[in-house]
Amino acid sequence: MSETPSQTVGPFLSIGLPWPDGPFVVLDADPNGFWVHGVVTDGAGEPVPDALVETWQADPDGRFDHPDDPRGAVSGFRGFGRCPTDDTGRYAIRTLKPGSVPGPGGAPQAPHIDVSVLARGLLHRVVTRIYFADHADANAADPVLLTVPDDRRATLIAVPDDEGYRFDIRLQGERETVFFDV
Amino acid sequence: MGYRRDDGATHPPLLSPGYKSTVLRAPSQAPILLPHTLTEITGPLLGEGRVSAADADLTKHPDGEATGQRIIVHGQVRDSDGRPVPDTLVELWQANAGGRYLHKWDQHDTPLDPYFTGVGRALTDSTGRYRFVTIKPGAYPWGNHYNAWRPAHIHFSLFGRAFTQRLVTQMYFPDDPLFPHDPVFNSVPEAARSRLVSRFDLTNSVEAWALAFEFDIVLRGREQTPMEDAHA
Repeated sequence: MSETPSQTVGPFLSIGLPWPDGPFVVLDADPNGFWVHGVVTDGAGEPVPDALVETWQADPDGRFDHPDDPRGAVSGFRGFGRCPTDDTGRYAIRTLKPGSVPGPGGAPQAPHIDVSVLARGLLHRVVTRIYFADHADANAADPVLLTVPDDRRATLIAVPDDEGYRFDIRLQGERETVFFDV
Repeated sequence: MGYRRDDGATHPPLLSPGYKSTVLRAPSQAPILLPHTLTEITGPLLGEGRVSAADADLTKHPDGEATGQRIIVHGQVRDSDGRPVPDTLVELWQANAGGRYLHKWDQHDTPLDPYFTGVGRALTDSTGRYRFVTIKPGAYPWGNHYNAWRPAHIHFSLFGRAFTQRLVTQMYFPDDPLFPHDPVFNSVPEAARSRLVSRFDLTNSVEAWALAFEFDIVLRGREQTPMEDAHA
């Protein structure tokens, strides 16, 4: 069967897609929780106020609450976050650090979060990954990061700050975020 | 097992200059191939406890009924191997009968409907089927170019069962005269455009109550070979 084509979310996605608890992969009260946050900008460096950032990740043990996790599904960790950008292009997701997940051939991957960005002007989602600056050794051995040209890897690394981690998403232009063909 | 890769003949190119907003938002660098690891072949299984039966009827508001032509929009969600996708969250949003969204940025000179929010949610049943009752949305102007009007459409959002299957799309209505003039619709490769157009469905229309439109949705299926190995 032929797949249904993608279309843009358009400018009014915030009618239908945000949930009140969307940004909270974990409750605010979780002592290990932190914010991953940043700004989505376009090719002119202007903030994108009509985007939606969605995240998907393993729990702190590297497991998924999903029947296709061959190690057996664990329950209780939603793993999913979604946050529309505000008028200044900002988003924020409250979550936990994911554990290591096996990669191609069973080699461990560095802790990472898969990200979809949807927006007016994006006819299809774009996909990127968040890695963490404080896992430098794991990042250096990560089988996915190793396929990314050296001079662009930094766009995938979230940097610690007072809130948790800063991860800006530049859709186009200077220091354009690396996007993946998924 | 990984999921099939994009065949290049289904989805619109991110840079589609006829749709002006793509010009500064489409990434300029080619995407890098992401192997389908556990993170990609799993995905959020959402909706339980998040969706009630009332969420599938957009015409009913606690204080009154929405204005416009009542329609039934229904269909089946399958993957490209033909397998139904059960228990998956379907979210939709749309303009009202006059072609206006309940959104602060939509200032189209036509009234809002106090009894219509334009938001719906449903879970597919065990055979992948979903059904909404709503109002047929109006066409509306959007300023992309002179006399630019979007053909009537309903936005759909689907998760499937894996991160790879995430899809956001728009459903259109048969024989819309605006099709040849809409850069969003025409961004899709020509052979794939008809998959975005619902089918008028007299059989499931309800006597003296509502017309039905059928919109089947096909998400990406599995690869036929074992999970790919980036180092193979």
